[in-house]
Amino acid sequence: MDVDVLDRILAARPKVTATDLSPLLQEIQVGYGYLPPGVLLEMSRRTGIPASQIYGVATFYEQFHLEPHGRHTVRCCRGTACHVKGGHGMIQAVSRELGIAEGETTADMRFTFETVACLGTCFLAPVVMVDKDYYGNMTPTRVRGILDRYK
Amino acid sequence: MPEIKATINGNVLMGSAGQTVLGLAQAHGIEIPNLCHDPRLRPAGACRLCLVEVAGQRGLVPACTFQVADGMVVQTETEEIRAIRKTVLELLFAEHRGICTTCDKNGDCRLQKYGYEYQIADTAFAAPEANGNGKNYTTGNEAIRYRPEKCIRCGRCIRICQEVQMDSALTFKDRAAWVEVSTAFEMPLNDSTCKLCGQCISTCPTGALYERAAGGKGQAKDLTRTRTTCIYCGVGCQIDLNVNGNNQIVRVTSPVGVVPNNGNLCVKGRFGMEFVQSDKRLTTPLIKRDGVFQEATWDEALAVIAARFNEIKSAYGADGIGGLSSAKCTNEENYIFQKFMRAAVGTNNVDHCARLCHASTVAGLAKAFGSGAMTNSIDEIKHAGCIFVIGSNTTEAHPVIGLAIKEAVVRNGAKLIVADPRGIDLVRFAAVHLAHQPGTDVALINAMMNVIVSEKLHNEPFIRERTEDFAALLEVVRDFTPEKAEAITTVPAEAIRQAARLYATAPSSSIIYSMGITQHTTGTDNVLALANLALLTGNVGKESAGVNPLRGQNNVQGACDMGALPNVYPGYQSVEDALLRVKFQQAWGVALPEQKGLTVVEMMHAVEHDEIKALYIMGENPALSDPNLNRTRKAIEKVDFMVVQDIFLTETAEYADVVLPSTCFAEKDGTFTNTERRVQRVRKAVVPPGEARHDWEILCDLAGRMGYPMAYGSAAQIMDEIAALTPIYGGISFDRLQTAGLQWPCPNRQHPGTKYLHTDRFTRGKGKFHAVAFQSPAETPGQEFPFVLSTGRQLYQFHTGTMTRKSRAIHQVSPTGYVEVHAEDAVRLGIADGQMVEVSTRRGRVTTPARVTTGIEKGWLFMPFHFCEGPANALTQDALDPVAKIPEYKVCAAQIRAVP
Repeated sequence: MDVDVLDRILAARPKVTATDLSPLLQEIQVGYGYLPPGVLLEMSRRTGIPASQIYGVATFYEQFHLEPHGRHTVRCCRGTACHVKGGHGMIQAVSRELGIAEGETTADMRFTFETVACLGTCFLAPVVMVDKDYYGNMTPTRVRGILDRYK
Repeated sequence: MPEIKATINGNVLMGSAGQTVLGLAQAHGIEIPNLCHDPRLRPAGACRLCLVEVAGQRGLVPACTFQVADGMVVQTETEEIRAIRKTVLELLFAEHRGICTTCDKNGDCRLQKYGYEYQIADTAFAAPEANGNGKNYTTGNEAIRYRPEKCIRCGRCIRICQEVQMDSALTFKDRAAWVEVSTAFEMPLNDSTCKLCGQCISTCPTGALYERAAGGKGQAKDLTRTRTTCIYCGVGCQIDLNVNGNNQIVRVTSPVGVVPNNGNLCVKGRFGMEFVQSDKRLTTPLIKRDGVFQEATWDEALAVIAARFNEIKSAYGADGIGGLSSAKCTNEENYIFQKFMRAAVGTNNVDHCARLCHASTVAGLAKAFGSGAMTNSIDEIKHAGCIFVIGSNTTEAHPVIGLAIKEAVVRNGAKLIVADPRGIDLVRFAAVHLAHQPGTDVALINAMMNVIVSEKLHNEPFIRERTEDFAALLEVVRDFTPEKAEAITTVPAEAIRQAARLYATAPSSSIIYSMGITQHTTGTDNVLALANLALLTGNVGKESAGVNPLRGQNNVQGACDMGALPNVYPGYQSVEDALLRVKFQQAWGVALPEQKGLTVVEMMHAVEHDEIKALYIMGENPALSDPNLNRTRKAIEKVDFMVVQDIFLTETAEYADVVLPSTCFAEKDGTFTNTERRVQRVRKAVVPPGEARHDWEILCDLAGRMGYPMAYGSAAQIMDEIAALTPIYGGISFDRLQTAGLQWPCPNRQHPGTKYLHTDRFTRGKGKFHAVAFQSPAETPGQEFPFVLSTGRQLYQFHTGTMTRKSRAIHQVSPTGYVEVHAEDAVRLGIADGQMVEVSTRRGRVTTPARVTTGIEKGWLFMPFHFCEGPANALTQDALDPVAKIPEYKVCAAQIRAVP
């Protein structure tokens, strides 16, 4: 287990308590790409924050992943606006292109595919988001071309 | 607390500021339904069932979090409130997918109770889609079973684990309909920080958390509960044995709000009762013929014993017989045992295992204060300003007192000083940890006193008015600087200073100690040094302070009080005092021996010299618990005639000539005295196996056959005799112990008992300082044996494991013994964690698995002594404290090597 990243994150904070958990977990997830359980247990040992509490927070928020995540995250919106504008077709297209169901990661670790309740850009419906990039007024045929931009 | 007046449902009630509406209502017998509330926990306001109407407040408020104010007007049962509660319950029942018909908790379930009371429609709401990941943290666990389908997500289990037990093993995982209770990463419970205390079960309002072994053995509504006292340590927790129609103990529960444990138990109390129904229990007397035990009738067995004892008595004198009484038996049985030895046999050769644990306490505190017992009460620990724990692994050996210490620190801001060679669990909560070398306690304490005196932190008025011989103390501590102590103890001088200041400047400082202080050749000195420290700062005779030895076994305090000691009658009345002897001679109608008798280890040594020819051992297991086992075992093999009276065929019983089956605590009436001097009832809950008889009945029967008739109708009658002869127990009788115990001294029937000792004067008059100089342990490490070996208890087992090792739940988490070794030593010696190693000393060698840790200092080893395979006491030494005759279990020189 590589704890260098954890070392760096903890070293940057003089005293860590349970109230720092959310930002700590975010930093760890950026550093490792996900929240490796071994790293979280090590963090518990070093900080005295109970592992149970860390696990509670890590499983509560959708943004945290306890399993390795793809290099890129594809998010399809299934909000009301996207739905009426054919959002379901985007979900099917992404799934077909990547060969995985929502919630899964491709074997080459290139993509993780998620659906979300609303991306907050209903005026662009239907919307697909890859990492931090929004793609509005989507059609199923544009999916492959967009995914090809992310290696 | 200022008094306030509030009105609930039209009744004007008196309460105090800070009280919640729920608290006030409950105090006056007004019930407000609640599911997430437990008085042991901080209010959570989570279940929304206790909603009440407070005049002037917008909307309804939760009674469990809302504080009462003067003049407040509250309604708890309006139509609106009842309708809301009903809906809340219906929502809960939508998620609660268990049925009462097959539930063990049926009859003791709050959800069931309110569901009935509010006549809920359990299909009012559709069940949410249950879609957890299917992993259950209790799968395969023998102690605890969690059923998410019965869980109402009140969070009480999680909160009690965090707030009371402070082990934080549990959490909610996931969100919304997926929420379940779990350990971190759903790791198996026994791999988490869980200590198997089962507090989570005790607080669960439904049947979601339950003892796995209790499943299917009877529903709560059909179980009979008998209140009694736990047998696993000196805390004396009050427990209810839940018994079904087949005479089976199904589960152990404990009432909240009852002293001394307030519903809290540890793993042994909650999961360690399987032994009672073990098929290995002794059920008939056994007589050894040609080396083989054969079943016998009581008549035959007692006739053999009476004949052999009388023979030995006439050939060698009464002092040719020795008796070991038992700290596990009741007060009444200990009283009868010492009376049997003194009056029927005619010798003072009676002792018990207190010799091996707190003899130095009894000797030391008697010298300093005049009586050798915990000066203060368990409950007072919670409010101490400073707690100095030395030589006590409290959370493992006295877990419920451990809770009081943790509460004091975490909730009430006490400063904790832990002096222990090991990084015990309490260190997590300590302001200072002094990891001193084993056997250097006097050096450490003297240096603390040096700091206190040189910084003028001592309590001069107290010293002037209440103590004597202060000058002698000054003589010893004046030059004993922390730097000098650092050289001996390895504790940094600055840490000693810090500890001394904390202890001396807190408004009240409580010393808590145990075997780490007493089991040394300097045990009495160690105790005297602690007494000096308390006297120096005036920390005796007041609340939440004092010198508090934690007694190890359930009734070791009582066995001492009852005079199961070679030098005193019941109530510490000296056998060498002619006036007292006359008093007992008159009461017992027989001439009594004038010389004090032999102690435990001395008796074993006397066997070697042919001075002791027969031994009567009641409920003790010296073949595993005594130091230098090889020597002890030779002695009990050599002795001409030995009787063992026990509930199991122990390692010691194997050597006996006659074995007598006795009843265990769950099968008899009597009393135990806990570590805080509280005399508490023991009550019969189940029928004994086979022909097992009560210890006192056996002894009375035998005494009659030896020509000294003793007859009592009941244990209560024996207590009446004890009270008549023992001033400190003068006011104690069974009828006064119905609902709660009484703390001695309790001199008469009107006396309410004594919470803390030495209030205005010490038992001996003035507190006495004793100049104690540091002396090295009897054995120090050298070339051949370079390690220091310490022995002690661990959380899961009790004593020689005779009882705890019968529990499947305990066996799963603590299957075998081990030796703790520091990681760096392990690397140097090529020892891997879990690998078999041989530990040897000048007296013996044992093979056991290594537990590699950093929780122990380099150069030290630690072994628990509970295990007959790899018995630690084959290694320990029988060098004795010159005053108290206690052996040095805590320090000996040892070697360790990997077994190829």
